[in-house]
Amino acid sequence: MTHDLVDRLTEKHDARVSKRKLTGSEKFWLIFRYIALTLIWFLVVLPIYVMLVNSFKGVDNVYLVDAFKLPIPLDFSAWPVAWNGAAYFPHGLSESMFRTLFFVIQSALISAVIGSINGYVFAKWKFRGSNVVFTMFLFGMFIPYQAIMIPLVKLSNTIGLNKSIYVLVFAHIIYGIPICTLIFRNYYETIPNELIEAGRVDRASMVRIYRSIILPLSIPAFVVVIIWQFTSAWNDFLFAIFLTGGSPKLSVATTALNFLTGSPNAVYYGMNMTASLIVSIPVLIVYIFLGRYFLRGMLSGSLKG
Amino acid sequence: MKSTSKNNFTSKLGGFFFLLPSMIAVAIFVYGMILWTVNISLSNRNSGYVKELKNVGLKNYTDLISDDRFTHALSNLVKFTLTFMIATLLAGFIMSLLLEKGIKGEGFFRSFYLYPMAISFIAMGTAFRWLFNTGRDGDAAGLNLLLKNVGLGFLQNDWILSEKGAMYSMALPAIWQMSGYVMALFLAGFRGISDEMREAARVDGATEFQIYRSILFPQLTPTLLTVLIILGHVSMKMFDLIVGINGKSYGTQVVAVYMWETTFDSGNLAKGTAISIVILLMVALVVVPYLRYVNKQEAYRQ
Repeated sequence: MTHDLVDRLTEKHDARVSKRKLTGSEKFWLIFRYIALTLIWFLVVLPIYVMLVNSFKGVDNVYLVDAFKLPIPLDFSAWPVAWNGAAYFPHGLSESMFRTLFFVIQSALISAVIGSINGYVFAKWKFRGSNVVFTMFLFGMFIPYQAIMIPLVKLSNTIGLNKSIYVLVFAHIIYGIPICTLIFRNYYETIPNELIEAGRVDRASMVRIYRSIILPLSIPAFVVVIIWQFTSAWNDFLFAIFLTGGSPKLSVATTALNFLTGSPNAVYYGMNMTASLIVSIPVLIVYIFLGRYFLRGMLSGSLKG
Repeated sequence: MKSTSKNNFTSKLGGFFFLLPSMIAVAIFVYGMILWTVNISLSNRNSGYVKELKNVGLKNYTDLISDDRFTHALSNLVKFTLTFMIATLLAGFIMSLLLEKGIKGEGFFRSFYLYPMAISFIAMGTAFRWLFNTGRDGDAAGLNLLLKNVGLGFLQNDWILSEKGAMYSMALPAIWQMSGYVMALFLAGFRGISDEMREAARVDGATEFQIYRSILFPQLTPTLLTVLIILGHVSMKMFDLIVGINGKSYGTQVVAVYMWETTFDSGNLAKGTAISIVILLMVALVVVPYLRYVNKQEAYRQ
């Protein structure tokens, strides 16, 4: 299965883009396709365009009817306000952004290690019933988290975990186990069994084979999992709002933004758009530079090889 | 492989041992917590002041049937799901059709079509709230202004605040977000079909339309199934998107949002958990058969 979904999606199809001269109807369809693709492109870009142009129009200088217009002259004043806060916004985003970064990186790294070990066992050291266990794991990926949320909140309140940001590290690690295991397991399935066999012939232990054969080959899967866990934890709102109860001391990017753009501040369009953009910047950077890996993680959710 | 793994009992036990921590974690935090949720939903924990907890059977569930707010949220979810699934499927499929033959600039279009999947809806909500502005004609902003400018002014409406169409409007951002994903799945599906099949049909004198209809489309049936399952379960869980754009507002409340309100604002844990279990059952109804299907396919492949 070295030829996975993403490879199939992105491979060049030179064979199909033929060099010969196009006939009239082929030319027509090519132009038609470009026009359709461009129209769709405009629709897809529209919301982010609106956010971008209005973030350069100051805190409250955005007139609703002008919001499609370009920001002339450029006004950067909304950026420091969204970041640091001001008299009418006691909390800027800075603190929550750093807090999010802190917890997201930890949960992504730990999730990747756990996923790698699990994936190794599911792919190469199957035991009786391991396929059933794997399916039970997968179901955990699809459940609506509402179905576990209330007991989880109760538990974290009882043991006092709700007082620290580690409650989110914990939640994202535990509920990330299924997807991380799946990604690593699918990746390890592509590593030939002969490599493992060679290790066994040399009487290497299971751990030894993992360390010296599997782990050095795992970097691409680690990147996929870390990126996936990073973006999904960064964008998560459900766990954050339930487990931190909206406490400002534990606010993360999404909950802080939800509070900031809430109804009393709805009129500060420029500031709201800027704040939304700031919260999206880390994931946009990841998407722009590591999009291929992000795509791999995203498509693994479809369970197709 | 088979022969060595048979007498390698210790290493098999090793695999089990390494998996054990995760198995325990999943058992407790997924399955155990679901059971705990069921347990609360069968109790009379309907406010924070209940002194004597007792089992009331399925009362919280039967109460939901006569709860107008719940049936309202459920009918909203049905409207949303139907609109979202049909439109996203069509949009994504058309996008993949436009790209599947390969075109200069494909990578550019594809990356833009997929970026909505990377951004949180709490953030995108700000932009969509403005796009859904209800001002018209002279005061038009957002989508209404856009419609007015392209000569479709008669289509201006109140979007998520309109009485009948709120949920159909709410499906727009969801369609916007997921179409790229559907496109990616179909595109990968198209490219899994060998070029020889097309060529053979072409040599036999089939028209392009015939090739699509009788050769390519039938082979995309498994992809279609995957897409429907993904869209279905995503739709039933829809939460961030609706909260990000319209908060808990009654007009666009779906089941997951109503669950949040019941639990948080009313502190009615018994009812909140009952609603959660209803969502879980709806999701399980589509996901469990799918997991079985995928399992069978894998067994077949090995």
